[in-house]
Amino acid sequence: MSRKRDNYETSRWKKFKDWLDGEISPLDRGMEAREAFFVKEEVSAEPIRQETEGPELSGAGEEERRREVLRARGIRYFQRFYKVMSVALCLGIILVLLWTVASLPITGNAANPDNNEVAARYIERGLQETGAVNIVTGMILDYRAFDTFGESCVLFIGSCCVLVLLRLDSDSKNESIRKMIAESNDRHYEPKNDLILQKCACVLVPVIMIFGIYIVLNGHLSPGGGFSGGAVLGSGFILYLNAFGYEKMGKLFTEKLYKRTTLCALTFYCLAKSYSFFTGANHLESGIPLGTPGAILSSGLILPLNICVGLVVACTMYTFYTLFRKGGM
Amino acid sequence: MIAMNVNLVQHLLLNIEETVSIVLFGIGFTILLLHRNLIKKIMGMNIMDTATYLFLAAKGYITGRAVPIVVDGIQDVEAYINPVPSGLVLTGIVVSVSTTALMLALTIRLYERYHSLDLDEILILAKEEEQT
Repeated sequence: MSRKRDNYETSRWKKFKDWLDGEISPLDRGMEAREAFFVKEEVSAEPIRQETEGPELSGAGEEERRREVLRARGIRYFQRFYKVMSVALCLGIILVLLWTVASLPITGNAANPDNNEVAARYIERGLQETGAVNIVTGMILDYRAFDTFGESCVLFIGSCCVLVLLRLDSDSKNESIRKMIAESNDRHYEPKNDLILQKCACVLVPVIMIFGIYIVLNGHLSPGGGFSGGAVLGSGFILYLNAFGYEKMGKLFTEKLYKRTTLCALTFYCLAKSYSFFTGANHLESGIPLGTPGAILSSGLILPLNICVGLVVACTMYTFYTLFRKGGM
Repeated sequence: MIAMNVNLVQHLLLNIEETVSIVLFGIGFTILLLHRNLIKKIMGMNIMDTATYLFLAAKGYITGRAVPIVVDGIQDVEAYINPVPSGLVLTGIVVSVSTTALMLALTIRLYERYHSLDLDEILILAKEEEQT
């Protein structure tokens, strides 16, 4: 009769309720019962039943042990429950989303509601209003330039966060940090001055650089633009660094240069776009010539803005690489 | 009921790009939930990102039309695909690159501290550290 009350303290229902109330977390239990969980997995089933049926056996040690085993059981059940539930949740989400897709309009149909007057306006008037032959570039760097500014800032802030997290200061007085620098310097596991790599880089790096610059400068005329061109430039830098090492790269590209370039590019972007937004909103003459569409020097602010974005992206890619590689430039 | 199901499946096959993107999204989400390894979680996140790009690109596509780059001065709406989703995909890619880099950096820091990539283990070790 009193069995229910006896077991209430250790029952799963109580634990579940506690967990719901936030008094204990399942991971807490897992921590305490970790050894029990791994060692006593097989033993757990039998003795428990005996103990729960014989209420007289509840000595202090027994009680402790019983609890531990129950905890181990609890976490095992929790893990199983978690797996089943997460698979069920994923399947549920997929089913709901598929249901939604099944009632979406068919792909590739011109009458779909997302092909509305906004897209039509961009296509019909984009060339006259922005001067860019590439409508997507005209859209993201003119109509929606504020959005692109936000993107560049996201990249910049991302690289700043990585810098904060991974930077190792070589001038640091702390011994442990110096030790970490020595450990993380993985260059002595690699062949130094690898001839094949250097010859390949000699041929490839100039081509990659010119291609990247071409993509950046032709952003308003052809597919491409600041982001893709910047990524190509950054990968060129990374290839050069891998072939020739940090010393040669350090002559060209230092942390100071990185900071200055990125900040100048972002500031110029901000000021230029603020000016054109200000004049545009007040219906003033902005005084920026749009040029003939199709020429390289055309479409007003788009070319300089593309260069800014390209610089920011190239610097960020290179910084990411160096930071992940050895924690600094 | 069966006729409705057949209709549903036919519609899904017509929308094959979007269906694939949803399935990819689900796979990424499952990886995110079920794997305890942090690097695999980041991979799952990236798969989810990719699924979103595919969905957006599929939304902007119109059969038989060209890339939105004006050729020969043709400025007819009928000639080009929708340029708006292309711009959105660009935003998505940039944000995904930044978040991936940030997550990887955090993972490196966690590994340096706890010498483990297993999320449960890291949580247990952190709890222990907190209590002492």
